[in-house]
Amino acid sequence: MRWRRDFVPPALLIVVLILGWYFVARVSGLRSFILPTPLDVFRAGWETRGLLLNAIGTTLLATGIGLMLALVAGIGIAALVDFWSLAHRALYPILVVSQTIQILAIAPILIIWFGFGLTPTVLIVVLFCFFPLAISTADGLTSSDPELIALLRAMGANKRQIWRIVRLPSALPSFFSGLRMAVTYSVVAATIGEWVGGSPGLGLYMLRSKNALATDQVFVAMFITSFLSIALFMLVYGIERLTLPWYHSAQRTEQWEGPGIY
Amino acid sequence: MTIPRIEFRHISKTFFGIAHAVPALQDISLKVMPGEFVTIIGASGSGKSTLFNLCVGLIEPDAGEILIDGEIPQNRTGMVGYMPQRDLLLPWRSVLDNVLLPLEIQGIPRKESRQRAFDMLPHFGLEGFENEYPSALSGGMRQRAALLRTWLMGRSTLLLDEPFGALDALTRKELQDWLLRVWQEFGRTVMFITHDVEEAVYLADRVIVLSTRPGVVRRELKVDLPRPRRQRMIAEHRFGILVRGLLADLGVDV
Ligand SMILES: Nc1ncnc2c1ncn2[C@@H]1O[C@H](COP(=O)(O)OP(=O)(O)OP(=O)(O)O)[C@@H](O)[C@H]1O
Ligand SMILES: [Mg+2]
Repeated sequence: MRWRRDFVPPALLIVVLILGWYFVARVSGLRSFILPTPLDVFRAGWETRGLLLNAIGTTLLATGIGLMLALVAGIGIAALVDFWSLAHRALYPILVVSQTIQILAIAPILIIWFGFGLTPTVLIVVLFCFFPLAISTADGLTSSDPELIALLRAMGANKRQIWRIVRLPSALPSFFSGLRMAVTYSVVAATIGEWVGGSPGLGLYMLRSKNALATDQVFVAMFITSFLSIALFMLVYGIERLTLPWYHSAQRTEQWEGPGIY
Repeated sequence: MTIPRIEFRHISKTFFGIAHAVPALQDISLKVMPGEFVTIIGASGSGKSTLFNLCVGLIEPDAGEILIDGEIPQNRTGMVGYMPQRDLLLPWRSVLDNVLLPLEIQGIPRKESRQRAFDMLPHFGLEGFENEYPSALSGGMRQRAALLRTWLMGRSTLLLDEPFGALDALTRKELQDWLLRVWQEFGRTVMFITHDVEEAVYLADRVIVLSTRPGVVRRELKVDLPRPRRQRMIAEHRFGILVRGLLADLGVDV
């Protein structure tokens, strides 16, 4: 019955919100290009379905490639920082600073360097996503219990064994929370890249719809973008639960349920 | 002449904290003979855990020598069985994979090490629980799993750091009797740290009393109670005398 308890309330709320939106759009008498009704949006999506499917494909391709590269970069940086303390001191501050740079300012530069098309979009996804992955993995690697490491040393374990038996597994929960964050950003990052760089994905669809004052289509693109983000999030969450059954064991969740001062 | 399993010769260790130096152990000399059950008792901070950490090679003494089976090894890690104060079971491994850990580290093939574990599971009361995660075990079972893990290291000497410290009184007594049974059946050598005076006397052939800052051996007490021990002995006169002596040594009873 967990299923019912976890999914029914948000589903109900969403239905209520859509009805409310429909009601407001009708009663206010606002014109469709300012506030379309849910029905308008649905119709607009259906009518442009061919275009949309292609756009979704393009966006997902850029997202997928970008996420893979971000994984490689993020884990690589985390491992580097972990093995080599000089790299830690040198890189960590730069990593943080890199996140304060406006992606919207970088995007046009990337297009000047790499031309229009898939490459700048993929790079923008990488820029958005490698950071949470690198930081969370690096933090995870340093989070292992020092007493556990001492115990393994006392048992005669070498560094490699300690890494494999203790440090890697204890980094996984943190790595996965970084990955969840990264995939949530990834689709939006791809659409930003397309918006700026003109690769024919959901971002470009959105830009063209906006220029044509087809507000209903802008809404369509918005919903699809968040739907894709949610789907990716759920996918990662599912993988996480399969990979870390001990972390999500029944006892653990039960312990934190129920009312309390927290 | 028999060679001691463990011998400390004039061991000293000082820790340098931020504000001041802590002389944890000073000029400790003691021997543990094969098959002996030695308990170590002392107030908190008297350097009991430090003694073990030195013995398993996690830290080096400032002065003195540590002999294992009559030799001074280059690297002491992995030479004696060690159970730290916390059970430290890996939450992401099943009980079986946890207890197999030392064998995995020693590079013993999995099939063989599984066989060894399954042979011992019933003795440790863990039969049928080998596939559970540690979070599903009671406190007593977690301690037994940690003990089995120490046991499976296969070393003739076991260093147990307050293994029953966190358990309730009944479970504790149960595990004391159980530990004595396994110890007698398999003939290993045990060093056992405790805070509990009765436990120290009940289990031991010999009790070593450490004083606090600096930790020095204040006294060694031979326990000449017959074996096998029975919990009812606690109420006997001779037991009482031993306990009273220890309390005086610890400065608790004046
Ligand atoms: N790594 C360390 N760095 C600094 N000081 C330490 C360290 N380990 C132990 N000490 C100090 O050495 C003293 C002895 O510590 P130890 O852990 O051996 O005591 P203990 O007898 O095991 O105490 P307890 O019964 O509470 O476990 C303490 O005062 C402690 O603060
Ligand atoms: Mg201690």
